[in-house]
Amino acid sequence: MSTLAQYLITGVSQGFLLALLATGFVIIYRVTKVVNFAQGAFVVLGGFIAYSLLGVGVPHGISELLAVLASAAIGLVFGAVTILGKMGPTASLMTTIGLAIFSEAIAMLVWGTVPLTFSGLSGHDIEIGGVFVQPQYLLLIGVSIVVLAILWLVLDRTYVGKAMTACASNPYAARLSGINVKAMGLLSFAIGGALGGLGGVLVTPLFPLTYDSDVNLAILGFAAAIVGGLTSPGLALAGGLAFGVTEELVAGYWSAANQTAVALGLMILLLLWQSHRRQRVEQFV
Amino acid sequence: MVLPQVASSPPAGVGPGGTSPILSVDGLVVRYGAAVVLDGVSLEVGAGEMVALIGPNGAGKTTLLNTLSGILSASSGTIVRRGRLAHVPEGRELFPELCVDDNLRLGAWRAASRDPAEVYELFPKLQSLARRRAGNLSGGEQQMVAIGRALMAKPELLAIDELSQGLAPTVVQEISRYLVRLNVETGLSVLLVEQNARLALELCPRAYVLETGRIVADGPSGHLREQPAVQRAYLGGHVTT
Ligand SMILES: Nc1ncnc2c1ncn2[C@@H]1O[C@H](COP(=O)(O)OP(=O)(O)OP(=O)(O)O)[C@@H](O)[C@H]1O
Ligand SMILES: [Mg+2]
Repeated sequence: MSTLAQYLITGVSQGFLLALLATGFVIIYRVTKVVNFAQGAFVVLGGFIAYSLLGVGVPHGISELLAVLASAAIGLVFGAVTILGKMGPTASLMTTIGLAIFSEAIAMLVWGTVPLTFSGLSGHDIEIGGVFVQPQYLLLIGVSIVVLAILWLVLDRTYVGKAMTACASNPYAARLSGINVKAMGLLSFAIGGALGGLGGVLVTPLFPLTYDSDVNLAILGFAAAIVGGLTSPGLALAGGLAFGVTEELVAGYWSAANQTAVALGLMILLLLWQSHRRQRVEQFV
Repeated sequence: MVLPQVASSPPAGVGPGGTSPILSVDGLVVRYGAAVVLDGVSLEVGAGEMVALIGPNGAGKTTLLNTLSGILSASSGTIVRRGRLAHVPEGRELFPELCVDDNLRLGAWRAASRDPAEVYELFPKLQSLARRRAGNLSGGEQQMVAIGRALMAKPELLAIDELSQGLAPTVVQEISRYLVRLNVETGLSVLLVEQNARLALELCPRAYVLETGRIVADGPSGHLREQPAVQRAYLGGHVTT
């Protein structure tokens, strides 16, 4: 029983990390129609930058904040490379994959190939349902919930959020209305970068990252995002939690080698189910 | 047409519409790559004037409006605008997944006020549709949203591309009435691009005819209607008034 609870806690934490990634995918896609496969790189770079800042004596809190801001800046640069030209969707997808590989190379050069971690939130483990949970897990879950809720409100309820939606919905009409579509796209990349970096600084104390952790993270984050058709932050969260928990349960009760395969199998089933449902709905629209 | 006497020509700085121009375009050339789509277009819209631009498919009407809006850039020529321009694009181009109210408010991105009350006053029908997804509205309702969204920018000049496209005649009449009312009550200038020449010449006292990138005729709509070439090409050979 307590093992199950342990797996669930780990799975939910992993799920929120995936949800942060997935939301990055969703926001960037909603505004620019670009699938940003460099999303995982923000996690790795964010985690590593925080690691280095802590290493040179910058206190906790400030290190993490600076790492998130740095990730936002990296997102901005990636966005500039991807959207400031006139690339089509396939070319821009390939560009983001190129940027991800480029960041891996940089991360390996600067930080090496050893898994890195740093100490997270200190304090006694907290007992929940018979298991003792490190406070860092609760920090990851709590901060993710707050940040995702705020983002959802901003996107769905505010004028700027609606302008961002307008850019994706009809960039031509958005320009005619005076909205700076490229600037909104850059903003979405910066938000995507910040979300990834936030995931990175929160998760590194729990699951050490290596320079190439980004690929797996990007695939699972994308899988979660696609549950909501790449446009729904709510469904992306649900997808993230489903995949995170599935992964941990598979790893715990079966084998860690199979966890990603099973999670992606689940994604394919979800996609098939959704496409059937969508067809039925379309008949009435 | 050559004006016979200096005295009867309008005073300096006054356009052919009888008022000072809110828009003057001079010698505008626009290319897509090597293709010259607008080849030295000159036209004027006076303050408070309604001017029609008619012409066949592919003449360059939409290209002209997109250049006026800054979406396309000209390779030569000048555009002088005295006031804000809002552009109602061909095919409406709404934000289909957003509601009517959001579509309207987004039109005010650069304006001081985002309150669509005046648009609802003009198009009372939109008020009751405010929360509906714009993509699910009828063509006529969508055209009202598109015009409303442009009005939210508080323009002095409204450029409308294909007002009547795909709409039933009664709906076209209804929307035309709103436009004329706006023009009369608020002094809004209108540049109306239309396939339906009969409608355009009826609504606007003055018109330009654009063919393959050149203005081939212009003048008071009454005069244009009398010209055999215009009748043949745009009015089905005969005029009904
Ligand atoms: N993006 C583009 N690239 C290349 N050529 C274009 C492009 N857009 C339009 N054209 C060409 O420019 C010419 C003018 O097109 P435009 O859309 O301005 O005509 P229009 O007068 O608005 O026609 P319609 O009445 O059919 O709307 C056409 O020959 C068209 O094929
Ligand atoms: Mg056109």
